[in-house]
Amino acid sequence: MNSWFKSGSPWVWLSAGGVSISLISVLGLLWLIASRGLSYFWPADIYQFETVNEKGQAVTVIGEIYDRETLPTKQLSHLNLGLDPNKETIERILVKTGNRELVNLDFRWLLLPLINKTSKPEELVVVERRTNGNFYGYVDGIILDGQLEGLEKMAELVERVDVFQDEMAELQKVDIGAINYQIERLRLKKRKHILDETLTVEREKEIDHQVASYNADYQILETQLMAIRDKVSRDQLVVRAMGGEIIEINFEDILKITYNNKLSVFGRASVFIQQIGSFLVDDPREANTEGGVFPAIFGTVLMVLLMTVIVSPLGVVAAIYLHEYAGKNVLTKLLRIAVINLAGVPSIVYGVFGLGFFVYMVGGSLDQLFYAETLPSPTFGTPGVMWSALTLAILTLPVVIVSTEEGLSRIPSEMRHGSLALGATKAETLWRIILPIASPAIMTGIILAIARAAGEVAPLMLVGVVKMAPNLPLDGNFPFLHLDRKFMHLGFHIYDVGFQSPNVEAARPLVFATAFLLVTIIVSLNMTAVTIRNRLREKYRMLEH
Amino acid sequence: MAIALKSTGPRQLKNTLAKWLITLGGISVLFTLVLIFLYLLYVIQPIFESAKIEPAGQFEISTVAPTLATGVDELKEIAFQINQEGQINFYQLVKSPAHEKGTLVLSENLLSGDATLVDVITSGVENKLLLDSEGNVQLIAAKFFSNFDSGSREIIPSIAYPLGEGFIDVDEHGGVFSKLSFGMDEEKAVFVAFTQDKRLIKTSLIAEDDFTYDSAHEANYQEIDFPVDHVNEILVTLDMALAFVRSDDQIFVYDLTDEDTVELKATIIPSLEQSSTKPHHVTSMALLSGSSSILIGSSAGKVTQWFEVATDNGRQFKNIRSFDVSETEAVAQIYTEQFRKSFYTLTPSGEMGVFYTTSEADLWRGQLITGKTSAFAISPRADGLVIVEGNLLKVFNVENEHPEVTWSALWEEVWYEGYPEAKFIWQSTSGSDDFEGKFSLVPISFGTMKAAMYAMMFAVPIALSAAIYTAYFMTPGMRRKVKPTIELMEALPTVILGFLAGLWLAPIIENYLPAIAMLLVLLPLSVLLTAFAWHQLPNKMKSRIPETWAPIILVPVLLIAGGSAFFLSPFFETLFFGGDVRQFITNDLDIDFDQRNSLVVGLAMGFAVIPTIFSMAEDAIFSVPKHLTSGSLALGATQWQTLVKVVLLTASPGIFSAVMMGLGRAVGETMIVLMATGNTPILDWSIFQGMRTLAANIAVEMPESEVGSSHYRILFLAAFVLFVFTFIFNTFAELIRQRLREKYSSL
Repeated sequence: MNSWFKSGSPWVWLSAGGVSISLISVLGLLWLIASRGLSYFWPADIYQFETVNEKGQAVTVIGEIYDRETLPTKQLSHLNLGLDPNKETIERILVKTGNRELVNLDFRWLLLPLINKTSKPEELVVVERRTNGNFYGYVDGIILDGQLEGLEKMAELVERVDVFQDEMAELQKVDIGAINYQIERLRLKKRKHILDETLTVEREKEIDHQVASYNADYQILETQLMAIRDKVSRDQLVVRAMGGEIIEINFEDILKITYNNKLSVFGRASVFIQQIGSFLVDDPREANTEGGVFPAIFGTVLMVLLMTVIVSPLGVVAAIYLHEYAGKNVLTKLLRIAVINLAGVPSIVYGVFGLGFFVYMVGGSLDQLFYAETLPSPTFGTPGVMWSALTLAILTLPVVIVSTEEGLSRIPSEMRHGSLALGATKAETLWRIILPIASPAIMTGIILAIARAAGEVAPLMLVGVVKMAPNLPLDGNFPFLHLDRKFMHLGFHIYDVGFQSPNVEAARPLVFATAFLLVTIIVSLNMTAVTIRNRLREKYRMLEH
Repeated sequence: MAIALKSTGPRQLKNTLAKWLITLGGISVLFTLVLIFLYLLYVIQPIFESAKIEPAGQFEISTVAPTLATGVDELKEIAFQINQEGQINFYQLVKSPAHEKGTLVLSENLLSGDATLVDVITSGVENKLLLDSEGNVQLIAAKFFSNFDSGSREIIPSIAYPLGEGFIDVDEHGGVFSKLSFGMDEEKAVFVAFTQDKRLIKTSLIAEDDFTYDSAHEANYQEIDFPVDHVNEILVTLDMALAFVRSDDQIFVYDLTDEDTVELKATIIPSLEQSSTKPHHVTSMALLSGSSSILIGSSAGKVTQWFEVATDNGRQFKNIRSFDVSETEAVAQIYTEQFRKSFYTLTPSGEMGVFYTTSEADLWRGQLITGKTSAFAISPRADGLVIVEGNLLKVFNVENEHPEVTWSALWEEVWYEGYPEAKFIWQSTSGSDDFEGKFSLVPISFGTMKAAMYAMMFAVPIALSAAIYTAYFMTPGMRRKVKPTIELMEALPTVILGFLAGLWLAPIIENYLPAIAMLLVLLPLSVLLTAFAWHQLPNKMKSRIPETWAPIILVPVLLIAGGSAFFLSPFFETLFFGGDVRQFITNDLDIDFDQRNSLVVGLAMGFAVIPTIFSMAEDAIFSVPKHLTSGSLALGATQWQTLVKVVLLTASPGIFSAVMMGLGRAVGETMIVLMATGNTPILDWSIFQGMRTLAANIAVEMPESEVGSSHYRILFLAAFVLFVFTFIFNTFAELIRQRLREKYSSL
C-alpha cells in the first residue's frame, strides 16, 4: 500500500479523474440539452389519473407527465395526507394539465401513493391553440355553422381555418404593413420639407393626395380582412375537460388536434418532424412562451451575416499586416498585445462601448445630419441591428486575426520566395499565391467568429436585441434592409423566455428546444472549422515534403 | 538582370498602395483598443470634475430700495428681485425677440399704503412669504410660462397668490412676528412663528379642496410650549413634519404632524470647538433637500450635518459629518439646493464655498462678491446663481453635474440619511422621486471577486489535473480525441450555461444538497478505490486493460458514484437534517439560503472557465522539451516524480498564466451570473447566498439609465474597471507566455 502511494499511481489516477469529469460534463451537458430539447417535439402520452385532492375528494387529472422526483416523506408530513410514515421517501410527478382558462396553474404535482388508477384512454386529445395554451380532454362534437355534427369533418375544418389564418396574416403583415409604411414615409417627407422650408402648395397637395389614396387602399383591405375574420370564427369544437366541464373552442383558435395515445411510432415520428418544422418557421405566440422561433433565427442570421461582412476584411488585413509586413519592432509587439486584449476584454464592455460610442455618439450624429425629420424619435440613435453587427465585429476581430495568422505562418516560405524570384511584386504574391492557399484558414477564422457571435448575448442586450420585434429587419418595403431596426436573437430569446416570462415552468421545454437549436448551430460550426483546419494542416505537411 | 526584374509603373503603384492599405488595416486594430479605452475615459471623466462657476452678466437694478429676495426661472432667462418697498421687478437676462438684455419686463407693487417689507421667507422653489412692517403676512409665488406665439420661445413672468390675495391670519390674536417660517403643499400650509410677545405658535391652513385651484381653507391654531424667551431662526421642513427653532446655540426640534399637540422631539446642542480667545456660537442653519437633514454653521467656520438615526435609545439626532468652510471666519449663510444634497456657504467677507453632503465633496471655493450680499438664489435646475449685491444683480452659471460622485463615495463607507451607520451600498434607483442614488462600487466589486473565487475553486483543480493527465500521461491517439472535446466546452454559449444553472442546476442543488456535499468525498474516493483495485489486478489483466485507459475506466465509476450520491441524498436528509436541509440551514444554522446562490454560480462559471485553463495549461505542459523528462526518467525518477519535480516546475509560468486567463474570463462573465444568481448586491462570503457582479450590474441597469446622468457614467466606470482589470491580467499572462516560449526554444 505504502509503495503504491510512493509510486505516485494514485495521483495519476486522480488526475485522470479530472479528464473523466471534464468529459462527463461536456458530453452530459450536450446530452441533457439534446434530450430535453428534442423531447419537446415528441408527442407524449396523455394520462388520466384518478387521485384525491387535499380535502380527500376523488378527482380526475388529465395531462402529460412532465417531471418526477423523490423527496423525504418528512417534508410533506405537515400536509396530513395520510401517507405511510414508515416509508422514508416518496415519489411525485409533475403533470402538465393545460386548460389555462379553467385552472390558474397549468401544472400540478401528484403524489404517486395517492394515485388510485392510471390509464391512457385512446380518445384523449390534445388541442394546440393560439391562445390559452394546450387543451387536454375529450372531444364531444363539432358545431358546424350553428349545427351540432359528428367528428368526421374535424381535420377538414382545422385545415380550412388554417388557410384563412394564413390569408389574414398575409393581409395584415404584408399588405397593410406596406401601406402603413408608405403613409409614415409620406408624413416624414412632408416634415422634412417643412424643416427645410421647401414645402410648396403643390408638394403639399401631392403628398396629401398620395396619403388619401393609400388610406382608400387601406379601407379596401380592412373590409377584406373583416370578411375573412367572419368566416374564420364560424365553427366550434365541443370538448370535455378533466373536471367534466364542457367547453366550446372556436376553430379560429385551433392549430392542431392530435390523439397522442392513438398514434403509432411512425405517426409520432411524423408529428415530431412536423413540430420541429413549425418550430423553425413559425412566429412566437403567447409572449414568446409558445410557437416557433423564426424571427429569432432570422435576426441571428442577419446580424451575423452583417458582422461577417465587416469583420472578414478587417481581420484578414490585420493578420496579413502582422505576418507579412510588420517588422520586429515595438509597434508589432503592441499590436500583438492589443489583439490578445481584444480577445480577453469581457463582452459586456464591448456592449457598453457600442452603446455609448456607436449608438449615442455616431448614431445620434447621423440622426441630426440625415434624419432630422423624425426627431425627437431616433432612427440610428437607438440600438439596432447595424450597431449590434459592428459591436460584435470588434468582439470577434481577434478570432479572425489569430486563425488567419496561423494559416499564414504554415505556408512554407519557399512559396513566397519562388513567386518573388519569378518577378512578382509582394502584392501580387499575396493576392495570387498566399491568399488562395490561406483561404481555408481564413474560412476557419470566419466560421469561428460566426460561432462566437451567434452565442454572444450580453453586449447585444445593450446595442439592439429585443424580446419581440414587430417587424423583421428585412422586408418588402424599400430599402428592404432596415439597418436601424431592432431584432430578435436566439441567445437572448433563451434568456428572455427562461427568466423574464410570466410562466417560466410552462416555457421551460421551449427554452430547452431553443437552446438545443443554438447549441446545434454553434457546435456544428465549430466542428466544421476544426475539420477544415485539420485538413489544412495535413495539406501543408504534404507541401513541406 | 536586376533591372529586368524590377516591376514597372502601375504594378509598382499597386504594390505600394497595397502596402499602405494593409499597414493601415493592421494598425486599426491597435487604434480600436485605444479608442475603447479613451472613449470609456471620456464618458467617465466628468464625474470626477469639481464644480465650475462663471459670471454670466450683471445689471443695475433700477430702484434704490435695498433688495430682500431674488430668484430666477428654470431656463435662467428672467430673474426677479423683491425690495424693501414691496416691489417685485422682473429683468430679462438673455435677449429675446420682445426684449433686450437687461430690460425691466414686469414690475408690480405687492404692498399697499406706507408699509415696508421686513422679511421675505422662501420655502420650496417659488413660494415667498412676505412679512411687512405692520405685521401683515402674505404669500406670493413668481411664476413663469413659456409662450410660443411669436414663433420662438418667450418666457412670460407673472405673480400668483397661492393662498389668496388677502393677508393671512397666522396668529389668531393678531400679534406681530419677530420670526416666521412655513412649509406647504397642495393640501396644507403650516406656519411656525415667534411673536414679539414671546409666544411660539403653529398655524396650519388645511385646504378645503386643493390650493392649486382654490385658496379656500380652514385654519387650526396651536401654541407651543417654549422654554426660552428669544429666537434667532425658525425652519419648517418642506413636508411640514418638523420645525427647527434656534435660540442661540440650542436648536429645538418640534414634531408638527399632530394637529392637536406639538411635541418637542429633540434638542440639538452642537458641541462647538472653543478657542482660547473667543467662544464660538452657532451662526446659521439650513435644511437639506429631502427634509430630513439640518445643516448647522458656526462661527468657527464649520458646517455640521445632523439627521435622525435609530439608536438603542430610540431615534436621535446625530452629528453625521462636518465640513471646514473657513479657517478664520464664521459661516454667515447656508443655502441649499432644491433637489440635491448640495449646499452653498457664505462668510461675512463674501467668501463662498460649494459642498455636497453625502459624498463629502468640497466642490468649489472663491469670492463672487466683495461685501455683504442682500439676496441669494439658486436656480431651480441648480445650474445657476443669482446674487444681489447693493444695486447690482449678478448672474452666474454653475456647472456641477455630478457632485454626488467622488472617489471616496464610490469606494468608502458612506452614511446615508435614514441609515443607522455608514455602509457600502449600491442602490441606484427606486420608485420614489426624492430618492438619493447610492453608488458604492464596493458591493459589486466584492460580488465579482466572490463569483470568480468560487468558480476558480471548482475549475482550477479539475482543469489542471485534466491538463496534466492529457499532456503527460495520455496516449497520442486518445489525446487527439479528448482535447478537442474538452475545448468544445469553450464554444458553448454562456447564455445556455446560465440558463441551465438557473433553471436546472439550482433546483437540483436545493433539493439534493447532501448529495453535493457527498460528491466531494465520494468522487475522489471512488477514483482511489478503482486505482487500488487496478493495482491489485494480476499482471495479465493489467496488460489487457492498460493504465492509459484510466480516464475511460473512470467514466462509469464516477457516474455510479455520482448516481449513488443522489440516490442516498433523501435518506441522508432524513437521517441528519430532519428531512429538510434547507430548513435546517435557515432555522438551525441561521444562515440565509438563496436558491440561486454562489455554489450554483461557482459550478456553472467554473464549467465555463475549465476549457480556458485546460487548453492553455495543457499547451504549456505538453511543450516542455522531451529531453528534460527523458533525463529525469533515465536517472531513475518515477513518472510522477518527473512530473512534479521537472515538468510542472518548468511549465509553472505557463500554468500560472493559464489560471490568470481563466480568472480574467470569470471576472468578466455576464450571462451566467445574471441568470444563476439573484443579483443582490450584498457583502457576504456565504456560499448559500448570491451576489451582484460588475458585469451583471451593467447588463441589468444600463438599458434603464438616463444618458449622461451620474448613474450612466458610473456604469461606464464599472465597465472601465473591468476593462483595466482584464487588460492587466491578459497582458501579464501574455508576457509570461512569451518569455516561457523563448526559454523553451533556448533549452
